[in-house]
Amino acid sequence: MRPATQNRKRSRDTAALFIAAGLVVLGLVIIWDSARLADLGGYSGLGPASMPRVVGFCLILLALWTATAALRGEFPERPPQQAAPVLWIVAGLAAQMLLLHAAGFSIATGILFAFTARGFGKRNLAMTIPIGIVLSFAVWCVFSQLLMLHLPAGPVEQLIFPRG
Amino acid sequence: MDAYSFLLQGLVTASDPMMLFYALIGVTLGTAVGVLPGIGPALTVALLLPVTYRLDPAGSLIMFAGIYYGGMYGGSTTSILLNTPGESASIITALEGNKMARKGRGGPALATAAIGSFIAGLIATLLLAFLAPWIVKIALVFGPREYFALMVLAFVTVSAAFGDSALRGLTSLFLGLALACIGIDQLTGQARLSFGVPDLLDGIEVTTMAVAMFAVGEALYIAGQGMQHDDQVTAVKGSVWMNRLDWMRSWKPWLRGTAIGFPIGAMPAGGAEIGTFLSYAAEKKLTRHPEEFGEGAIEGVAGPEAANNASAAGTLVPLLTLGLPTSATAAIMLAGFQQFGLQPGPLLFATNPTLVWGLIASLLIANAMLLVLNLPLIGLWVKLLTIPRHWLYAGILLFATLGTIGANPSSFELGMLLAFGVLGYVMRLFGYPIAPIVVGLILGPMAEQQLRRALSISQGDWTTLVQSPIAAVLLGLAALAFIVPLIMRARGKGEMLSQMAGDED
Repeated sequence: MRPATQNRKRSRDTAALFIAAGLVVLGLVIIWDSARLADLGGYSGLGPASMPRVVGFCLILLALWTATAALRGEFPERPPQQAAPVLWIVAGLAAQMLLLHAAGFSIATGILFAFTARGFGKRNLAMTIPIGIVLSFAVWCVFSQLLMLHLPAGPVEQLIFPRG
Repeated sequence: MDAYSFLLQGLVTASDPMMLFYALIGVTLGTAVGVLPGIGPALTVALLLPVTYRLDPAGSLIMFAGIYYGGMYGGSTTSILLNTPGESASIITALEGNKMARKGRGGPALATAAIGSFIAGLIATLLLAFLAPWIVKIALVFGPREYFALMVLAFVTVSAAFGDSALRGLTSLFLGLALACIGIDQLTGQARLSFGVPDLLDGIEVTTMAVAMFAVGEALYIAGQGMQHDDQVTAVKGSVWMNRLDWMRSWKPWLRGTAIGFPIGAMPAGGAEIGTFLSYAAEKKLTRHPEEFGEGAIEGVAGPEAANNASAAGTLVPLLTLGLPTSATAAIMLAGFQQFGLQPGPLLFATNPTLVWGLIASLLIANAMLLVLNLPLIGLWVKLLTIPRHWLYAGILLFATLGTIGANPSSFELGMLLAFGVLGYVMRLFGYPIAPIVVGLILGPMAEQQLRRALSISQGDWTTLVQSPIAAVLLGLAALAFIVPLIMRARGKGEMLSQMAGDED
C-alpha cells in the first residue's frame, strides 16, 4: 500500500522526465531495428517487422504520456533511498558475473553473498566472505552432484571433487 | 470418460510413492520459502524452478504444484505473525490476523487460515477438475482470432484495469512486449533486436527476467530503504486449536471466500488479491461482531484466506485449459511447463491426459499434506521468520543466481539478471507494477503469432477479428476493461482501484 496521495506535490518530476526520454530512445531503437528486416508479410500482410513497429510506436506514445504526467507531478512519492546499500548489492552481482568462470561458483557466489549482507548492514566482510563461500560450496555440492545441474567449478570445487 | 473418472485416474498417478515423495518435497520447500518475509508465491515458484530442472516432467510438475500451494500457505503464516505481508494477496490477512496474534490468539488465527485454505483449496481444485473438460471443449473451437482476443483481454486486465495508474501499467506491459520481440521471429526466422549478439537469438528467458524482477529488484529496493524498521515476530501463545465459537464463526466465511475467490481467479483478471479484498468487505458487512473488525475478527482472516487459495486454484483454470497465464505466478508456472516442451492448453488434455490429471490430483494431495504439515510444525516455520534480514536477502540472491546459472551457466545471462534487477528496482521506485512486464514477455510472442495466423487465414482482412462472436465479445470486454477504469480514475474513484492493485502477483 502506498502512502496517501493527498499531500502530492504538484511540481515537475525530473526523474520521471528521464524515464520518458528513455522510453523514446527505446521506441526509436526498436523502430530502427525493424527497418532492416525483410517484411515478408505473405498472406497476412503482417511481417516480422510489424509487431516491433507497433510496440515501438506505442512506447513513444507512452513516453509522451509519461512526460505529461511528469510535468504535472502525477507520479507517486518515492520513498527515500540510500545509494550505498544498493551499490553494494549491484557490486556483488557484478563481481559474481565476472568471477564465475575464473574462480568457480563457490567463490564468486560467496562474494555476492557477503556483499549483499554488507548492503543489509552486516559489515564484517572478513567473516561474511568465508561464510558465503562455505554456504555456496554446500549449495554447489547439492545441486551439481545430486541434482546434476551444470555449475561452473573453480579451485575450491576441484580440490574436493577432482573430476568436477 | 467424464471428469470424475479422469480425476480418479489422476489420483492413481499421483499416489505413486515416488510422486507422493515429490509432492511432499514440493509442499515443504514451498512452505519454507513462502514463509520467509518478503517472498510471495511468484518468487517462491521462480526460486524453486531450478530444483525441478532434472526431474521427469510428471514429477517436476507435481513438485511444482506442491510449491505453488505451499507458497500460498507460507505467506499467510508470515502475515499473521509478522505484520509485513510479503505478497499483496496477504495484506488483508495481516489486517485482522496480526491483531489476533497480538492478543494472544495467534493459534486460532493460524488454524482458521490453514483450515480455510484447505477447504477452499479442496473445493476450488474440484471445481477446476470439473470445469476443465468443459472449457477444453469450448477451447477446441477456438481459432487464432479467438486466442488473440483472449490475450488482448489478459493484457488489458493485467496492466490497465487495476492498479493506480493505467499509464504505468501499460508502460510496464509494453516494456515486456518490447523484450518479447528480441530473438528469432517464429514465422520467418529473422533475427530481431539481437544486434548481432548470439546470446540474444533465443530471446529473453522468462525465468531470468522474473527472478531478476522479483528477487534482485526487491532486494535492491529493500536495501535502499536502509535500516529503518525491524519487524517483531509475534509469538504464538496458547493452543493452536480453535474453540467451538471459532468454528461457528469461521465456516461460513470459508465457503463465502471460496465462492468469491474462485471465479475471480478463473477469469482473466489477474491476481488473487482482488478476491481477498472483496471477501473482507463481504465479511465486514455480514458479521454479527462488527465491533471486532480492525481489532482481530476471526472472520476477517477466515474469509480472505479462503478467497486467496480459491483464486490460486482458479488461475490454474485458464492456465491449464487455455495456456493463458493471468498472474505473474502463473506466467512462471507456464515457463515451468515449457522447460519440458509442454504447452498447456486444450491439446495437452488430449495428448497427455495422464500428466494433466496427475497434476490436478496432486493438487488435492498437496492440499491435504499442507494441512497436516502446517499446524503441528508451526513452531518450525516461526523459527524461519526470525532469520535476520542480511542473511535472508543474501540467501535469496544466492538462490536467485543459482537458478540462472543452473539454466544457462554464462556470464551473459548473469549480466541480464543484473540489468533486469536494476530495471525492477527502478520500476518499483517509480510505482510501476511488475506483473504486466512478465505477462507481456511471455504472452507477447503468442499473441503476435495468433494475430499473424488469423490474418493469414483471412488474407489480410482485419475485420475477421470481430467476425467471430466469441472474439468480438472478448475484444469488447477488453475495451471495457480499459475504458471503465479510465473514467473511474478521472472521476476520482481511483483509490478503489489502487486498493485492488497488486505488486507481486
